[in-house]
Amino acid sequence: MGSYLVRRFGLMLLTLFGISVIIFVMLRIAPGNIADILFDAAGFVDQAEKAQIMKDLGLDKPLPVQYASWIGGLLQGDLGFSYVTDRPALTEILPRIPITAKIAGLALLFAAVIGIPLGVVSAVKQNTRLDYILRVLSLSALSMPAFWLGLLVLMGFVSYFGTIPIYSDAPQSFGAALVMYGVPAAVVGFRSQALMLRLTRSSMLEVLRQDYIRTARSKGASENVVNYHHALKNAVLPVVTLIGLEAAFLMGGLVVVETVFNIPGVARFLVEAIRWRDYPIVQNLIMYIAIIVVVVNFTVDMLYAALDPRIKYSD
Amino acid sequence: MASIDYRAELAKAGANVDSRWAKLRFLARRYPLGAAGAVIMAVCVFAAVFANYITVFDPLSTNAAFSLARPSALHWLGCDFMGRDVYSRIVYGARISLVVGIGSLGLGLTCGVVIGLTSGYLGGWVDLAVQRLIDILQSLPLLVMALLMTASLGPSLRNTIIAISIALVPSSARVVRASTLSLREQPFVESAKAIGMSELRIAFRHVLPNTLAPLIVLATAQLGATILIEAALSFLGLGVPEPYPSWGRMLSESAAEYVRTAPWLVIFPGLAISSIVFGTNLLGDALRDVLDPRQRS
Repeated sequence: MGSYLVRRFGLMLLTLFGISVIIFVMLRIAPGNIADILFDAAGFVDQAEKAQIMKDLGLDKPLPVQYASWIGGLLQGDLGFSYVTDRPALTEILPRIPITAKIAGLALLFAAVIGIPLGVVSAVKQNTRLDYILRVLSLSALSMPAFWLGLLVLMGFVSYFGTIPIYSDAPQSFGAALVMYGVPAAVVGFRSQALMLRLTRSSMLEVLRQDYIRTARSKGASENVVNYHHALKNAVLPVVTLIGLEAAFLMGGLVVVETVFNIPGVARFLVEAIRWRDYPIVQNLIMYIAIIVVVVNFTVDMLYAALDPRIKYSD
Repeated sequence: MASIDYRAELAKAGANVDSRWAKLRFLARRYPLGAAGAVIMAVCVFAAVFANYITVFDPLSTNAAFSLARPSALHWLGCDFMGRDVYSRIVYGARISLVVGIGSLGLGLTCGVVIGLTSGYLGGWVDLAVQRLIDILQSLPLLVMALLMTASLGPSLRNTIIAISIALVPSSARVVRASTLSLREQPFVESAKAIGMSELRIAFRHVLPNTLAPLIVLATAQLGATILIEAALSFLGLGVPEPYPSWGRMLSESAAEYVRTAPWLVIFPGLAISSIVFGTNLLGDALRDVLDPRQRS
C-alpha cells in the first residue's frame, strides 16, 4: 500500500505538471493578447506604448521564463496580476471560491439525496412502469442543457412569484440564502442526480443477483432488509466514486448556471476572463480546477481500499 | 432423429427475421426506446438536410415589424427581437448542431482511434507515454477543456469543432486501447504475424475492425455530449458566432431578459437541444445493449 501511495502521488504531480504545460502553451498560442485587445478597443496602435505594456506584463520574455515565473509564483501563492483590473489575481479569485463551493456542495447533496434512493427504487421495481418512468426521466435529465433548465426555473419564478432570485452578498434571512444558493444548486445537481440514479440502479441490479442475497432471502430476511441492509451497502461503492468524480466535474454545469443566475462565482469569472483574454486569471483558474480534479481522483482511489476490504493495492 | 426447427422457435420469440425490414421491426419491438431515439435522430437529420424545403422564412432575414412577435399561424414559433422567424432558425440550427456534433466526433474519434490503436498495439514506452498524456488531458472536465481550447483558438465554427474534438480524444483513445490490448494476444493476430503481415497492416486491417462495437457505443453516447458542449459554448458567446443560427446562441440572445417577455424564445431552442440529445441517449443505450451484451441492464 505504501509504495502504491508514493507511486500514485508521483503520478499525480506528473499529471499536474503536464496540465500546467498544456494550459500555458494553449493560452500563449492564442491569437491576440491583452495588449492587442486594448489597442483594438482604442482604435489605433502605438508600437512603443504596446512594447512598454508587453514589457510591464512580462510578455516580452521567452516562454520558458514566463512559464517558470508563473509556476514559481503559483508555488508561493503569488498568482500575478489580472490584466484587466490590475489587481492581484489572488484577491480577484479568493472571494469567489466560497460562493461556487457552496453551490457545488449543495448540488452534490441534492444529487445524492435524490439520485441514490430513486436508483434503489428503480432497481427493486425493475421492469415495472415506475422503473420505466424513472429511467426515461433520468435520461431526459441527462439530455437537458443545465443553462436551459436554469432559464426554465427562472421562468417558473417569474410566473409564480413575479420576480427572479437575485444574488446578494448579504442575504436577508436563512430562507433567502437557501433560495439564493439552493435553486442554482438544484439546477446544477439535476444532471448528477440522474447519473447517480442510473449508476445506483445498475449497481443494485448486479448485487441483487448475487448468491449472498439469495442466502439472505432464504434465511427469511424481509425485502426491506435485503434491499437496504444487504444490497445497498455493496452497491453504493461505485456511486461513492461517482460522487467524488462529479464533485470535480460539476464545474461544467457551474459555468453556465452561474451565468444564468448572475452569480459572481469562480465559474462565471472564468468565462469573463476568457472573453477578455486575461491570461493570469484564465490560466490560474483552469489550473485550480485541474488541481481539484486530480486531487479528488487521487482521494477517490485511496478511498476505494478503505471502503472495500476486497481491494488491496499490492506493494 | 429429433431436430429443432430454429425458424419456428425464433418466430415464437418474436424474431421472425426473414428480411431486413422484418429485422428492423423485430429490433424496434425489442428496443422500443432505442427505436424512439432513432426516430428522433432521423427527424433531426431530415430537418437539417431539407431545411430549405420545410421552412418559408430565411433564418437570417430580419423584419422590424415582427420584433418579438408571438407564435402565430404565420410564424409558428414566434420571432426574436430582430423579427427573425424562430421556427426557421431552429430548423437551420439543426444543421449547425449536427455539423459541429458529427464533425467534432469524427475528428476526435479519428485521432483517438489512431492514438489508442498505436498505444495499445505497440505497448512499451510508447503506451506508457501516451497513457500519461491521456491522463493529463482527462483531468479537465469536457466543457472546461473545450473552454480552454476556444480561449486559445478564438470563437468560430471551425474552431468550435476543433476545440470539442480535442476534448473527445482521450475517451476514445482509452476505449480503443483497452480493446487492442486484449485483441493483440488473440490467435488471429499471431497467425497474421506468422504469414508475414506488417504490424501496421495487422493493426488497421485486423485489430481495428474488432474494436468498432465499443467505439460505436461510445460515439453515440458522445454525440449527445458534443451537442450539449456546443450549445453551452455558444450560449456563453464562445462557440459558433453570428450569423449562424446555433441553438445555444439563440438562448444566449434571449436569456434572462426574455424570460418575462418572450418565453417562446427560451422554450423552443432548449426543447430542440434536449430532444436531439435525448434521441442520441436513447439510441446509445439501445446500441450498447445490442452490441455489448455484458453491459445489458
